[in-house]
Amino acid sequence: MIFQPAIIALLLASTVSVAMLLAATPFALDVIRHWNITSGSERQLQLERRTYLFSTLAVFVMATQLLSLLLFVFNADKMSVMFVGAMCAVGTLNANAWGFPALIAQMTVFFLAAGWLAVNHVDSRAPDYPLTRIKYAALLVLLPAVAAVLWLQLKYFANLRADVITSCCGSLFSEDTKGLTGDMAALPPLAAMVAFYATLGLAFATAAFHAQTGRGGVWVAVTSLASFGAALAGIISFVSLYIYEHPHHHCPFCILKPEYDWQGYWLYVPLFLATACGVGVGAVQPFRRVDSLRQVIPALSARLAAIAAVSFLLFTAVATIQIVRSNLVLLGS
Amino acid sequence: MSPWFEKQRHLIDFTLASLARRKGRHLGLLVVFALLVFALASAMLFAHALRHEAQQILDGAPEIVLQKLVAGRHDLIPPGTIERISGMRGVQQVHGRLWGYYYDPVVKANYTFLVPPDNSIQPGTLVIGPALARQRGLAPGTGISLRSYSGALYSFAIAAVLPQASELASADLLLVSEADFRAFFSYPADHYTDIALSVANPAEVRNIANKLAKLLPDSRPILREEIQRTYASIFDWREGIMLALLSAAILAFAILAWDKASGLSADEKREIGILKAIGWETGDIIKMKFWEGALISLIAFLVGFIAAYVHVFHFGAPLFEPVLKGWSVLYPRFVLTPVIDGLQVATLFFFTVFPFLAATLVPIWRAAVTDPDAVMRT
Repeated sequence: MIFQPAIIALLLASTVSVAMLLAATPFALDVIRHWNITSGSERQLQLERRTYLFSTLAVFVMATQLLSLLLFVFNADKMSVMFVGAMCAVGTLNANAWGFPALIAQMTVFFLAAGWLAVNHVDSRAPDYPLTRIKYAALLVLLPAVAAVLWLQLKYFANLRADVITSCCGSLFSEDTKGLTGDMAALPPLAAMVAFYATLGLAFATAAFHAQTGRGGVWVAVTSLASFGAALAGIISFVSLYIYEHPHHHCPFCILKPEYDWQGYWLYVPLFLATACGVGVGAVQPFRRVDSLRQVIPALSARLAAIAAVSFLLFTAVATIQIVRSNLVLLGS
Repeated sequence: MSPWFEKQRHLIDFTLASLARRKGRHLGLLVVFALLVFALASAMLFAHALRHEAQQILDGAPEIVLQKLVAGRHDLIPPGTIERISGMRGVQQVHGRLWGYYYDPVVKANYTFLVPPDNSIQPGTLVIGPALARQRGLAPGTGISLRSYSGALYSFAIAAVLPQASELASADLLLVSEADFRAFFSYPADHYTDIALSVANPAEVRNIANKLAKLLPDSRPILREEIQRTYASIFDWREGIMLALLSAAILAFAILAWDKASGLSADEKREIGILKAIGWETGDIIKMKFWEGALISLIAFLVGFIAAYVHVFHFGAPLFEPVLKGWSVLYPRFVLTPVIDGLQVATLFFFTVFPFLAATLVPIWRAAVTDPDAVMRT
């Protein structure tokens, strides 16, 4: 079961990522202990030189993690033909207990990586690299997260058995299911719609406001994350229904399938991009008072906020078009 | 946004010019890289095309095939069984199938005898598959004599040869009339080889299979989706084995890339030194080197992938055929339908570009941190 090209590729990417972060760990500890930009000592010069290497390594790892998420979901969807009872990625991920934890871990690492990349970017723009220590400390925090992704993926892929009868999305995302997914599916459509548009509108407004005025950066991150949740809840509770034109099919994964013209990618790519940019804005805010970053941070965070605003707008527009074009009548008669 | 793009554009410009200046040095790497992509892409494209072909053929298969078992072995369907299950709710059509294998000592190959469901073959004639026609040199109008398992000799006239397009499924096939089939194999009257059931609602297939297993405990229902899944896993597995074998090549390539990237010529070192002396930062050099790697891998990826596409879909993948396809005496000749799968391209990209970039990171950094004065003084 593990002999699937995409699985080998994912495991390869995760293993290399963990190996690179492990290789960077002694250096990170060294930086945290001895970094002193004002010193001209031999050690400091060595450290400065090596930061180039390890920053590049870390950027490489983070970029890999962003791509891995896409490949992971894509692969889960493709593999659904191999499991009895699976109709889309849900069945594949549900084939054993490790599938959804692996996906959630991968998503968490995705957003952490986005935050780290933003911090790294501003740090490299300042002449005195003021955030080097913080950056490498964060790398040490990220290492267990990336290692957890590798471990969960290994567990998940190694325990995949084709003879397991898994459950399809119909049973996980149904109004009668207990738990979070069932509750999301059971949300009354009107209330869910109001919450969906209100939260997304708020996220768009804060991001646009920040892009214009440079104020309220932390709120961009908060509303972005809230919108991410609201958007997923909205997709499960009503957007998916409109796409399938079926009043009880709540699956957020079937929309990725070619039968529905890959409409899901039009929703998820802007949503993840917007949220990642929002998280990036939030990640750099604590450092905006650092002297050498007074110029750098507002410029970057305004740009990220602008991307977030446009992406949220795009996501909302796509969802609205899908709702308007659909033949399903969910509200009223 | 625009200054950033502007900067990258200039870096790419510069990198392209510097690549063009040292064509010979990069050509070797490019060729090896393209070859690696070619090998991997051929295996993947071929496996996917086979998977696709199998899926297409099986789409026309009956939803359920029912076999009778005796002591765990496949046995004939006795009279009366078809009547027992034909009234079952949800089953659209039931028909008994007649087929069997015949070993021909002349060409040392197994043939598949089949009575078509509409029994449209004239007694005394055969319709044969294209591979068989080639092997025995048969054409419509000629005849063939076959010795049956009972020892008697039977002569048939060839009514037609099946079209080449169906060869994947019909290479070793002989279509025969029911009367001839029963006589040739001394098949007991009213017995069948197995039963094919068509079910209208795909969601019902599993329930009907359960009911069949309950109604006829000595039988085994085989579902079409199970066969499809088995085929898909077989080809996945073969593809995985190929990739696992080729992973040694990926590793070797990564080592080559590392070596190539770290062995900077004096000329290149001087160039980096001068660039730094005129104000380039270490970060800029890393970016330039990164673009160099990205351009090389992109070109190699495109060249390798296109070559693999031509190799698989225009020449029938002669290099990987025996491993991925399997073999037999009467092997079908067929042209694969070109199919490209997005996941596959993404996977291939991960397999080739990712190790290359990972392997060149450290050498790139080594090159970028060289001190300008140290280089220029030598």
